[in-house]
Amino acid sequence: MKKSTTIKLLLATVFAAMFALFMVACSSGSGSASSASASASSEAASSAAASSEAASSAAATPANPVLRVSTTTSVNDSGLLPYLQPTFEADTGYQMEVTSAGTGAAIKKGETGDADVLLVHAKASEEEFVNSGFGVERIPFMYNYFVIVGPEDDPAGVANCTTAADAFKAIADSGQTFVSRGDDSGTNKKELQIWEAAGITPEGLDWYVNAGAGMGATLTQAAERQGYTLTDKGTFLSNDAKNSLKIVLGEADDMKNTYSMIAISPEKWPDTNIDGANAFIEWMTSEKASKLIADYGVAEYGEPLFYLLESAK
Amino acid sequence: MDELVQAFSLLFTPGSELSQIVLLTLQMSAFSTVISTVIGVPLGVCVGLYRFRGKRLIMRILNTLMGLPPVLAGLIVFFILSRSGPLGTLKLLYTLPAMVTAQVVLITPIVCGLSATAISGIAPLVHETAHGMGLTRKRELLCLLYECRSQLLSILFVAFGRSIGEVGAVMLVGGNVQYKTRVMTTAIMLETNMGHFEYAVALGIVLLVISFVINSIALTLQERTSGVETGVAWNASRGGKLGGDGR
Repeated sequence: MKKSTTIKLLLATVFAAMFALFMVACSSGSGSASSASASASSEAASSAAASSEAASSAAATPANPVLRVSTTTSVNDSGLLPYLQPTFEADTGYQMEVTSAGTGAAIKKGETGDADVLLVHAKASEEEFVNSGFGVERIPFMYNYFVIVGPEDDPAGVANCTTAADAFKAIADSGQTFVSRGDDSGTNKKELQIWEAAGITPEGLDWYVNAGAGMGATLTQAAERQGYTLTDKGTFLSNDAKNSLKIVLGEADDMKNTYSMIAISPEKWPDTNIDGANAFIEWMTSEKASKLIADYGVAEYGEPLFYLLESAK
Repeated sequence: MDELVQAFSLLFTPGSELSQIVLLTLQMSAFSTVISTVIGVPLGVCVGLYRFRGKRLIMRILNTLMGLPPVLAGLIVFFILSRSGPLGTLKLLYTLPAMVTAQVVLITPIVCGLSATAISGIAPLVHETAHGMGLTRKRELLCLLYECRSQLLSILFVAFGRSIGEVGAVMLVGGNVQYKTRVMTTAIMLETNMGHFEYAVALGIVLLVISFVINSIALTLQERTSGVETGVAWNASRGGKLGGDGR
């Protein structure tokens, strides 16, 4: 009994210490930033030395080889980044560390300094991000189309519509289930824009299911409920939901989905890998990467999953 | 800090989404705890009390299931309740009953294993005393349960804690649907995925405070009714769990 009391006391102390540390870490965001900048300047000095050394020996070993890419699930889970990664790493010498989340969280990682470059798809949030000084520049470079998927028999008759807004109206009129991401992701933002264009406020209505989940889980839920949802094509084609749902509307003009890259501004976070970010952006817009991206998915799905923007070529 | 103030003021705003989420969370945890206790404690008492062939094997299986990953429990229930599953016609997926079912699958082995351990640790002593006093089997059992009351109470807390803090299973079978199946943990997950890290932490603190209040109320009630000093009760139960291995 006595022994267990001592152990508990010890445990309590450890927890209290951890909690205190945590609170300190939270409250001193600005403090850690300034200390980070101090360490960064010394790092920069050493990295300058290292890079001059590297330049003489091998072209493909950058001073800071780790590149943290924060991207959305649609780019990572569709397999595009894992497909490009080995070639990028062989060409530039950088090592990619990819984290994927909804666009909201992906951008947040840029704000907290936990990424070097973003690859996301939500124009308004991206512009806000750049305008508040976190990003250097928004570089749109590829696109694909959102698609509306629904039950095989398409009870709302979406297939007869020509635009996404019309399709959403048809779904609302028929009262068929619509499953929304509801997670502030790029897809979710696009969906809300389409509802607005359709002049409908679906929030809280009976047939409108706010799933608060990633694309995969939302597709599963739409399949289980035999409802409609808005998705990017790549995730849908790589999800089992395609066995019980089908694309009822794709490639409408108002369903274009543009992906951009943003390097994190070294002025906000001096210790981010800006050289790596620039190398990434340069490589992604190169002739070689464009060809790889245009080929991706053709073998497996019979069509590319992403298209290069003309301006980026 | 602003987020924490915001979260607590939302909590006490009737009709706010947060208060609805908290109510649903409590509802779910209460159901899960009660149902898994009702199933798990009698089973645990049987396993702990009686000697039979295969008891060691059952204890091993129970101990293994105590570490059942929540996602796995959720997946099993998901497959059963899915449209293409055996109970798909009930249309229970993405509802509160589905979440409670998954949690019962998850928590019952814990309740069962812990009560078996608690009972088997004390059973020989009680049996000896009861035998000496000439008590009937029924009285002996009641006596045994009474002697184990503090352990059983802490098992109840473990079950409740597991239920209220669990995210993997309820995310999967509940679907985190706004106003219907969104509970505290899945709301925290969602806020995290949306990049609202501070608000997510605030929600986590709200959840801990609620847990603390409920535990305190339950302990106070128990003190009042039985006069047991709770510190001792807790220690005894820890001792029972760690020391008496019942195998």
